[in-house]
Amino acid sequence: MWDYTDKVKDHFLHPRNVGFIDNFDGIGEVGSLACGDALKLTFKLGPDGRIADAKFQTFGCASAIASSSALTEMIKGMTLDEAAKVTNEDIANYLGGLPKEKMHCSVMGRDAMEKAIAYYRGEGEKKIDGEIVCECFGVTDKQIERAVKENGLTTIEEVTDYVKAGGGCGHCHDKIQAIIDTTLGNAPKPPKKAEPLTNIQKIKLIDATLEREIKPALNQDGGDIELVDVDGNRVLVKLRGTCASCNKSQLTLKHYVEAKLKDLVSPDLVVEEV
Amino acid sequence: MDAPIYMDNNATTRVAPEVLEAMLPYFSDLYGNPSSMHTFGGQVGQKIDAARAHVARLLGAFPEEILFTSCGTESDSTAIYAAIRSNPDRKHIVTTRVEHPAVKNLVEHLGKNGYQVTFVPVDRQGRLDLDVLYDSLSDDTAIVSVMWANNETGTIFPVEEIARNVRDRGIVFHTDAVQAVGKIPINMANSAVNMLSLSGHKLHAPKGIGVLYIRKGTRFSPFLMGGHQERGRRAGTENTASIIGMGRAAELAMAGMEVENSRVKALRDKLEAELLKRVPNSMVNGDPENRLPNTTSIAFEYVEGEAILLLMDQYGICASSGSACTSGSLEPSHVLRAMGVPFTAAHGSIRFSLSVYNTAEEVDRVIEKLPPIIDRLRQMSPFWHEAQKSGK
Repeated sequence: MWDYTDKVKDHFLHPRNVGFIDNFDGIGEVGSLACGDALKLTFKLGPDGRIADAKFQTFGCASAIASSSALTEMIKGMTLDEAAKVTNEDIANYLGGLPKEKMHCSVMGRDAMEKAIAYYRGEGEKKIDGEIVCECFGVTDKQIERAVKENGLTTIEEVTDYVKAGGGCGHCHDKIQAIIDTTLGNAPKPPKKAEPLTNIQKIKLIDATLEREIKPALNQDGGDIELVDVDGNRVLVKLRGTCASCNKSQLTLKHYVEAKLKDLVSPDLVVEEV
Repeated sequence: MDAPIYMDNNATTRVAPEVLEAMLPYFSDLYGNPSSMHTFGGQVGQKIDAARAHVARLLGAFPEEILFTSCGTESDSTAIYAAIRSNPDRKHIVTTRVEHPAVKNLVEHLGKNGYQVTFVPVDRQGRLDLDVLYDSLSDDTAIVSVMWANNETGTIFPVEEIARNVRDRGIVFHTDAVQAVGKIPINMANSAVNMLSLSGHKLHAPKGIGVLYIRKGTRFSPFLMGGHQERGRRAGTENTASIIGMGRAAELAMAGMEVENSRVKALRDKLEAELLKRVPNSMVNGDPENRLPNTTSIAFEYVEGEAILLLMDQYGICASSGSACTSGSLEPSHVLRAMGVPFTAAHGSIRFSLSVYNTAEEVDRVIEKLPPIIDRLRQMSPFWHEAQKSGK
C-alpha cells in the first residue's frame, strides 16, 4: 500500500484536464506500454502567449495520473518560458510530495512538457541524447546524469526511483554507479596530460593566476605584486606596497608565489624579483 | 468505506471462527510448555499430536511425516537446504521460472554461491516445458522443486507425474503446495513427492504457522538447530496456539474441499465470465483447464493495475495485481513475464482469489463496479484511444 498524500489521491480520483486538444499548439509524448506508464500532453496558447488550455492522457498508476493532472493545472496561465522551468520537484511539491519510488512519475511530467514546448518551437522530435545505459527501460547516460545533477541523487536506488534506470535486470548497476561518481565528482580524475603550453598561453595563465590566486592574498596584508616579464621559465615580478619593504618578501616570493605558480601553471617556473 | 469484499485469499485468508475458538485456550489457561514433564505442560503436547494427526489426514500422510514450522517460506528453505546438505556432492538445482519468491530468491542466491540452477520455462498458458525439466536432470542434481499451483494464475502443475520421474532418477523432489493445500485434493500416500510445504494462513489458520511434510526415508538435515522439539528436526519452543489452529484448519479444509470445488468454483466462474463479457479487451491469464477453483487472473488491456486496485478500493473490493507499480518494483510480475503475457496486458492484470466466505452478492457487486472503473481508466489512457482508432 502506497502512502499517498491527500492531494495525490484527490488528483487521482478527480483528475483535472483529462483529454486531448485537437487543434493543439504543442504535443509531448513520453513513456511506453512496456515501461508501465506513459503520458500524452497537449496545450493551446492564448493570444497573450500564455498557455490557455492543457490536457493529458495517461496510462499508469495513481501517482502517474496525479502527476499529469497536477502538471496541467500548474502550467495553465504560464508563458512557455515559465513552463519550461517547471521541474519534476515542482510537480511533486505541488502534490505535497510523492513516495520516493514514484518520483519517476513527476519526471515523466517534466519530460512531456519539454517535448511539447520543443514541438511548438519547431525543434521537432529531439533525438535521444546520449547512450542507452539501462536496456530494460531505455534510459541514457545523459538522462541519468541530469537526474543526478538536478535532484542530488547519490545511490543507484535513487536513480531507479527517479528515472527507472536499473529497475529491471540490474545489469547496468555498475554503469549507473560510474555515472553517479563522475557527475558528483567522486571519480578518480584521469591524470592530466602535461601538454606543453605555448609562450602566450603560459603568460596568460601566469597573469590570471596572479590576479585570481595571489594578489588577493597579498592585498590582505597591504602588499601587491606586478608581472613584469616572462623569460622562458623565469617569471619576473615587482613587489609593491608593504611587500616592497618587508624583510620576509623573499620568503613570500619563493614559498608562496612560486609554489602557487608551480602548482597551477607549470612545475618548471622560477620566480624572480626585478 | 464499504465493508470489505475480500477476494484476495491467495494473499492471505481470514482466520476461521472455529479455528480462533480452538486456539484461544492456549493463550490463557493452557500455557504450559509441551516439552515439560508435568501434566500441565504434557497435556498441551497431546493436543499438538492431535493437531499433527489432522494435518497428516489432510495430506494423506503419517503424523511423523509432519513438521511444524513458522511459515511457508521456512518450510521451503528447510526442504531445499535439507536436500543440498544431504547431497553435498551434487551442485545442480532444478526449479521453475514461476516459483514464489520463497523458492525463487533462495535458489537464485544458491546460484550465486556455487550451484548451477535450471529454471524451467512455461508457455503462454503458464504450462511447464517438461522436456526442459527432464533433460536437465543428471547425477549432479540435488533437488527438483516445483510448485503445486501458481499463486498468481492458479495454474496447477503435473506435480505427481514430475515427482515420479524425478524419483526414478534417484533425485529428491520438493513442492511448494502453499496455494494448493485445502483447495484441491492432495494425497501423499500414493505419491513420489519427498517434501511438501504448506502455509497456515492460506487456509484459514493464522499467520506464523507452516508445515513441511517429509516423506519417511527422505534424508533430512535441520534448518533450525537447538532443542529437541519436533523430534530434533526443528528446534524452538512450539507455537502451540497456532499449531492447534493449524490442526483445526486442516479439519475444516477436508470438510470444505467439496464446497471449494463446487460453490466457490461456481462463484469464480461467474465472476470471470461476466467480467470478460462486460469488459472488452480482457482475457484470462493461465491454463483454463488445470486451475485452482478459487483463482482467476484477468488482464485488462491498456490500463494499469495499481490504478484499478485503488479505484476498486473505493468500494472496499480487495484483490491484487501483477503490475509493476503495486510491488514497488518497476517490472510486472515475473510469472506473467515468464508466460510471455504482452505488456499491454501484464500491467493491467488483476487477480481475484475467492474463499468459502465469499457470497453471490459480493460477486455481483464486483461485476457491477469493475467495468466502469476499467472504462474510466481507459478514457484516460493514450493507448486505449490509439487502439480504438486503429480498430483493435
